[in-house]
Amino acid sequence: MAQHKDFALRRLHSLLGVIPIGLYLVQHLTVNHFATRGREEFNAAAHFMETLPFRYFLEIFVIFLPIIFHAVFGLYITFQARNNVNRYGYFRNWMFMIQRVTGIITLIFIAWHVWETRVAAAFGAEVNFNMMEEILDNPIMIGFYVVGVLSTVFHFSNGLWSFFVSWGLAVSPRSQKILTYVTVGIFFAVSIIGMRSIFAFVYPEWFASIATNLPIL
Amino acid sequence: MAEEKKMIQFIVKRQDNPDSAAYDEKFEIPYRPNMNVISALMEIRRNPVNSNGEKTTPITWEMGCLEEVCGACSMVVNGKPRQSCTALVDQLEQPIRLEPMATFPVVRDLQVDRSRMFDALKKVKAWIPIDGTYDLGPGPRMPETKRQWAYELSKCMTCGVCLEACPNVNDKSDFIGPAPLSQVRLFNAHPTGEMNKAERLEALMGDGGLASCGNSQNCVQSCPKGIPLTTSIAALNRDTTLQSFRSFFGSDAQ
Repeated sequence: MAQHKDFALRRLHSLLGVIPIGLYLVQHLTVNHFATRGREEFNAAAHFMETLPFRYFLEIFVIFLPIIFHAVFGLYITFQARNNVNRYGYFRNWMFMIQRVTGIITLIFIAWHVWETRVAAAFGAEVNFNMMEEILDNPIMIGFYVVGVLSTVFHFSNGLWSFFVSWGLAVSPRSQKILTYVTVGIFFAVSIIGMRSIFAFVYPEWFASIATNLPIL
Repeated sequence: MAEEKKMIQFIVKRQDNPDSAAYDEKFEIPYRPNMNVISALMEIRRNPVNSNGEKTTPITWEMGCLEEVCGACSMVVNGKPRQSCTALVDQLEQPIRLEPMATFPVVRDLQVDRSRMFDALKKVKAWIPIDGTYDLGPGPRMPETKRQWAYELSKCMTCGVCLEACPNVNDKSDFIGPAPLSQVRLFNAHPTGEMNKAERLEALMGDGGLASCGNSQNCVQSCPKGIPLTTSIAALNRDTTLQSFRSFFGSDAQ
């Protein structure tokens, strides 16, 4: 396989987007969702995550290295395309272009987000409910986080579709169509989780009141 | 009343030689029923005068079969790449805009050099090697159902439309494009061609090969012969996945 470097790098790029990055994304948004249950629940969950055994190993090999490779190689792929949706306005061609646009938005968002939280933590800040409350205390940052999270979730959901096609798991037109519906469903489900987590830091009282009425969430 | 005669307007993107700048030239020719773009180009060639009444050079283009099986007359007609022989004037919005396909180097006017497609077919070994020092005898028989299926893939006429439509085939990328990929599927499906399956898959895994596909799926929407290009690509993705495991870990599968 040594002579097939580009092939191997592209397959690796596709794989890393799902395992571990996609799995980490869903896990991260799920843990964030503790915020909808209140301040103490979120702080307990955040504390649990930051005291996991082998924390630095997990951060480096499950999060940072895969994301850095995926981002750098993704930029290379993005700038190789000449988008042509104005001439060929087909659904998949739009997805192709939006995948590249959301990739860049997501990269900017993640860089900013890591700087504000993980890098701040390395310099002594405490990652808790208060930190996110302060980050999200103005409409511009709320807007930035909403766009950033939606863009990340779109990139993940549509990337999952291309993962299945690129590895040859979904071959026939019908299987690819069914996969489109499944990944659209995943996009909405994970987006709702992400949006609820963001707004739990903005309107904690509302979430506290609704939790007593709808204990299922 | 000769003045009331119906006219057809054309805007043709022209280029005098491979290195000169392109320019637009307008033409107006008398309407005849059932014209295609090629018969209109022939009409202009008969009397090469542009719509300003100035004498100009005849337009250069390529053509062969005139029945959409050779692929030579592909050009961009009103923004979409297609064969000019089956582009009927009655079905086109005017002025009809003709451009050479931008993916290929222009030779002159609407004539482009499609060599890169033929080079790509050589690169991926899109043939069945049967030459030898003695008669190998008849090959294995092909089931009729499979022959009918393979016939659809064999309709490819290397016209270049799928490369023109693909956002990943351009001057910044070395992607060979959808057409040669699908030909690997055709020759790998042939009972004799199957004997060299691994060689073609290894070639596909080279730079600018299969992995450069970004799944925009414009190719399958644009192919004039309705070839299931994206199905071929996904099926080859599966084949190369298995092939890459075999070549990386080693395999004794025969």
